[in-house]
Amino acid sequence: MLEFQIFLPAVVNGLTLGAVYALVALGLTLIYGVLHIINFAHGSLLMAALYAAFFLKDGLGIDPYLAMPLLVPAFFAAGYALQRWVIGKASHGKDQNVLLVTLGISIVVENLALYFFRADTRTVETPLSYEMLDLGFALVPWPRAIGFFAALLVAVVLWWTIERTDLGRAIRAVAKERQGARLVGIDVDHVFAMSFGIGTAVLGAAACLLLPSFYVTPGVGNVFVLVAFTVVVLGGMGSFTGALVGGLAIGVTESLGGLFLGQALGQLGIFLIFILLLLFRPTGLFGSRLA
Amino acid sequence: MRNAALGAFLVAALALPFVTGSEFWIKFAFTTLLFAFMGQAWNILGGYGGQFSFGHALFFGTGAYAAAVAQNSFGLNAWLGLPLGAAAGGAAGWAAGYLSFRYGLKGSYFALVTLAFAEVFRILANAVDFTGAGVGLFVKLQPGWADLQPGYVGFYYLLVALVLASVWLAWRIENSRFGAQLTAIRENEAAAAALGVDAYAVKVRAIALSGAMTGIGGVIYVQFYLYIDPGIAYGPGVSVEILLVSIIGGMGTVLGPLLGSTVLHAASELARRVMGDAPGIHLVFYGVLLVLMVRFMPDGLIGLLKRRASRPAEAPRA
Repeated sequence: MLEFQIFLPAVVNGLTLGAVYALVALGLTLIYGVLHIINFAHGSLLMAALYAAFFLKDGLGIDPYLAMPLLVPAFFAAGYALQRWVIGKASHGKDQNVLLVTLGISIVVENLALYFFRADTRTVETPLSYEMLDLGFALVPWPRAIGFFAALLVAVVLWWTIERTDLGRAIRAVAKERQGARLVGIDVDHVFAMSFGIGTAVLGAAACLLLPSFYVTPGVGNVFVLVAFTVVVLGGMGSFTGALVGGLAIGVTESLGGLFLGQALGQLGIFLIFILLLLFRPTGLFGSRLA
Repeated sequence: MRNAALGAFLVAALALPFVTGSEFWIKFAFTTLLFAFMGQAWNILGGYGGQFSFGHALFFGTGAYAAAVAQNSFGLNAWLGLPLGAAAGGAAGWAAGYLSFRYGLKGSYFALVTLAFAEVFRILANAVDFTGAGVGLFVKLQPGWADLQPGYVGFYYLLVALVLASVWLAWRIENSRFGAQLTAIRENEAAAAALGVDAYAVKVRAIALSGAMTGIGGVIYVQFYLYIDPGIAYGPGVSVEILLVSIIGGMGTVLGPLLGSTVLHAASELARRVMGDAPGIHLVFYGVLLVLMVRFMPDGLIGLLKRRASRPAEAPRA
């Protein structure tokens, strides 16, 4: 008989995992919502951010949480530049070209990491690594608890940016109607690049929150990329609430799946959900475009 | 011009083993031709039909495992592995097509779902026993034609024949009703459907055919290397290489995959000699090439040649 002592901690564990999934998915959903393309390089950019956080800690002793003010702008710039000068230029106005280019970027980034850092799994230790937060019914490692709340905070900031700022209004306008946005004087290429930059900057934040309780290898992006796709599809492409709820749901699914089916097949459950969703409800549970 | 190119290829291909006895070059030619063949399979679906699959490893791996498991566990004759691999790959293609096209998945969704299918199979192949799980499967066969172990030169001629057959098939498709329907779907699916093209049926036929051909490629791979593991079979490396040869050569052209595979593998061999053989470096090269091709030569090398041919007066830019 399954006891609540096992079940509840698994749910809490899944929620903390899911919050980070949600964060990764938020970046992806923003990019999809505005550019209407699936960014296949998303996972590898997260991996790059994790390595950046790792080397800042390992080489310079900068705590991952403190590295956030460095990594977020750096990855924003990288994302902006990628969209403005690589992806946008190569698209020739066809979505299929964008797919191929982001696939190419992901292959390059991932294998450069493999070349330079080898396949070793790396982890960092922070002062909080072994501290536990006692909730009474479950023990949560502090890094995960922090990750959970910080992920929610980032989601709120992102939501506020999209809903309440001029940039956000421009982003929503472009997402809805490109031509119209251009006609009223919005620099569409700039907004595309801003969206891509913000989506990538979120990865910088996610990496800093993730590293203390996770590991990094050149292939770590793959762990997240299909999960993030699943979250985005589950939540409805381009929907923020959807990404948040979807992320938490997938985290709990994986945690419970691991509990019942064993670690190796826990992820398989996610892929099956993903394929079933794509087949039967590609618009997702909260299906509507950004805005 | 096309006939001249094919003739030149044929002469060069038949003569190669007489010119060089080097195992290295025959092996190089083996890889080039294998991917020219599978690239043609991708080209039929992606180039003519406009349905970009990011997961052709699904068909490659299914064909490879079908042949390897049938030989190891059931003592099936190696030659029968070819139709079995084709059937397995074709069935996988049909299933993938049935599932995704039925629900109207196209563009990025289709690319994504093919990628996910391949990934699911990679995890499954890692988890179950009869595929040898993570350790992989070794196939034990005696040298000789009886067990489809014809040696380097034999494999080489086998592949020359397969590539020629695939080029002929693509040429036939290009000039058939089926090919015209595929192209119409690529250009504008709604318009094609409005004119009475059964888009779903045409696309499923294309992906099943593409899957069957790629499945044969997987069988040939296993026969040659006598080893397969989940990473090779269902990993993204094969999927990318397959789509890359078609994109470099020129999508939706008969000779594109052959040209693309030749250029890709020659260039990557060159890169390997210059940069050394570190893990991952050839994939970096593939990725850069993919981005550069889409950026500067979206119609591939064939497209470039065609444009040159149609504007002979223009002086080449320095």
